[in-house]
Amino acid sequence: MTVTNLKLLSEQEDKYVEGHRLCAGCAEPIIARQILMATDKPIVVSNATGCFEVSSSIYPFTSWNVPWIHSAFENAAPTIGGVEAAYLALKRKGKVTADMRFISFGGDGATYDIGFQAISGAIERGSHFLYVCLNNEAYMNTGIQRSGATGRGASTTTCPAGTCVPGKREFPKDMTKIIIAHDLPYAAQGSPHNYKDLIEKAAKGFEADGPAFLNVISPCPRGWRHDPSKTIEIAKLAVDTCIWPLYEFERGTWRLTGDSLRIAEGAKPKLPIVDWLKSQGRFSHLTKGKWEDVVQEIQANVDSKWQELLKLCKT
Amino acid sequence: MAGEKAEELPEGGMILVAGSSKNYNTGDWRSKRPECDAEKCTNCLMCWVYCPDNSIIVKGGKRVGFKLTHCKGCGICANQCPTKAIKMVEEGA
Amino acid sequence: MVRIAMNGDQVVALSWKQIDPDVVAAYPITPQTIIVEAFSDYVADGLVNTEYVCAESEHSAMSLCIGASAAGARTATATASAGLAFMWEVLYVASGMRLPIVMVVANRALSGPINIHCDHSDAMGARDAGWIQLFGENVQEAYDNSIMAFRVAEHMDIRLPMMTCLDGFIVTHSLESFEPLPDEVVKKFVGEFKWKRSLLDYKNPTTMGPFDWTDYYFEHKYQQVEAMRHVTPVLNQVQEEFAKISGRKYDIIEPYRMDDADYAVIAMGSTAGTLKEIVDEMRAEGKKVGSIKLRLFRPFPGAEMAKLLQGLKGVAVLDRAISIGSTGPLFPEVRSALYDSKERPRLINYVYGLGGRDIKPEELKHVYKQLIYKEGETLNFLGVRA
Repeated sequence: MTVTNLKLLSEQEDKYVEGHRLCAGCAEPIIARQILMATDKPIVVSNATGCFEVSSSIYPFTSWNVPWIHSAFENAAPTIGGVEAAYLALKRKGKVTADMRFISFGGDGATYDIGFQAISGAIERGSHFLYVCLNNEAYMNTGIQRSGATGRGASTTTCPAGTCVPGKREFPKDMTKIIIAHDLPYAAQGSPHNYKDLIEKAAKGFEADGPAFLNVISPCPRGWRHDPSKTIEIAKLAVDTCIWPLYEFERGTWRLTGDSLRIAEGAKPKLPIVDWLKSQGRFSHLTKGKWEDVVQEIQANVDSKWQELLKLCKT
Repeated sequence: MAGEKAEELPEGGMILVAGSSKNYNTGDWRSKRPECDAEKCTNCLMCWVYCPDNSIIVKGGKRVGFKLTHCKGCGICANQCPTKAIKMVEEGA
Repeated sequence: MVRIAMNGDQVVALSWKQIDPDVVAAYPITPQTIIVEAFSDYVADGLVNTEYVCAESEHSAMSLCIGASAAGARTATATASAGLAFMWEVLYVASGMRLPIVMVVANRALSGPINIHCDHSDAMGARDAGWIQLFGENVQEAYDNSIMAFRVAEHMDIRLPMMTCLDGFIVTHSLESFEPLPDEVVKKFVGEFKWKRSLLDYKNPTTMGPFDWTDYYFEHKYQQVEAMRHVTPVLNQVQEEFAKISGRKYDIIEPYRMDDADYAVIAMGSTAGTLKEIVDEMRAEGKKVGSIKLRLFRPFPGAEMAKLLQGLKGVAVLDRAISIGSTGPLFPEVRSALYDSKERPRLINYVYGLGGRDIKPEELKHVYKQLIYKEGETLNFLGVRA
């Protein structure tokens, strides 16, 4: 049974400590701390280049209390794959005896775009690791540029909202579904507001019999233009509007979880997407009147994907 | 801080002291700091699980203070506190 | 020891079989494919304990090697041409992180146009990456270099990744007779892998691959410079030890009939072998010529090279690669090494063999004649229709 009791969790030694240089109110350290609480086995972490990696490893300071490696931007998955290969080889030779777990962190840039090939390869090879995508929907570390995960209509520095173009023209890739198409043992979407759900999913990911993938919505006060104190509230809004549903794929079975399950069951309302759009400055141009059709497109897209997901989860 | 010669540093940029960022005080970033009305606090630990900077001090399952050396004043704890026990006050006020 | 016939790729795979590295992660590319295929056969027959990973690209192959080496595993891989180019970014990372990864490069031309045959442009493109680079002439040397490499890269004063190069197709696919060493001799020679810090040592958690501001990067690079300085003495020592177990003595620079030579031609790889034949022919004609086989390219043995070339009348450097807009890459290394010498020979460059263009004996003779008759430009090309 996974420990999600906060009092018990608060007694654990921190695997990731304070003193990192992430922005005030950044969701990434909140997500990482929750996920890292989900296992008590010794772990090795690999990290793709990005906000999370840079901010936690500015020489000679490290926020990591566990073994950690960064090598490049697109290769967090094969880097940890190599660590795992060494582990298997050395375990066979009796040089390592502990039962260890391997975890990779990467942003949406590293996961959806530049590292897509590498993560796909690592999963296809059955590399036994948990890959966590910290999805803040843009290349935040380099200055808020668009990624394959950026939402339709979002204003980023490489797809800004101008007088002629209302931000990103394309809908984001459904990376979670793409990963699930690899038929891996476990994949899920999570949010830091529902820590119980996220920790339980991380625990399943750590104990999966093969590769596992966790895609976690990660609000970015700087890039999404919202007050730093609202991070958790906005993460919840992503789930409540169904633009970021909570679900898991476990050995072929799709299942809604948390607030998404309650929405599907009719126990709580599905909020209109305009609530999501109004909560962040990156969408502010959409709700000023001129781009009403884009708002409708976004709502239609959220609705159709939600219906698809309901069918997959047989709800 | 930087003053070591090349031969004095561990090779390959390895950092051998785990968690050394504890020595880097991010507390001076903030312009607001959290204060807690202990009467209203139920020790639910929501503030602790949502703090990005490990800056809620918890002992024996109880919230006992804030790590002001590192708290960046984001205000998530105040925003998430179910009893509104935490308020953000201006630094220097 | 019995002599058997194998090609250059097969002997590399054989050396790995005998060494039994902890991890091999590789991606196939012509003309290295036989290495990974032959090694796969050893894996499938349970003849090695290696954790063998078929990467989905060379960039990932090298990333896998980085993770494995950082976790305390003896790690090997192989590539060529575009594959080496694809992993260019992480070559620098492997060296910067001081990981003793051993890689075999089957030298092949870089695209475009795409060409699968031999030249040295791939390894030359990586010469600034902080890898040790050793070139071999033939199948025997490919085998011997592959074994010696682990001792050099893994040396505690070095801990730098190392590539051993063999000419694509010319050596990789040529069947030659060679003398393998017995399994126990190879195992004893390379010894057990020792790590300095390992990611699997969770009781001593290490952060590897941090972010450097301007205040530390230069010092970390300087550490690599210092480590490279240890390579020549260590490699010399390893070559001495290797001679004792094999009867084959290698040097970082191998002069051939240079004692009383007036003119010399320098080459790396298989052409250095052909040159020896040409030297013999011309010596028979009474010409005082010699040749020089350069094995170690990085670190470049400038002092040793200058010493060897002092006082000669003419020297030609053969380059099987070109830095377009300048000369071949070996030429300026030699020129620079000679700059401070009192008696500098006339020194010219010949770029040859790009894209596997065959080098003919009469073309090599022509080079010597150009030296003897003081002809030729600073930069010349051999065997191109232009």
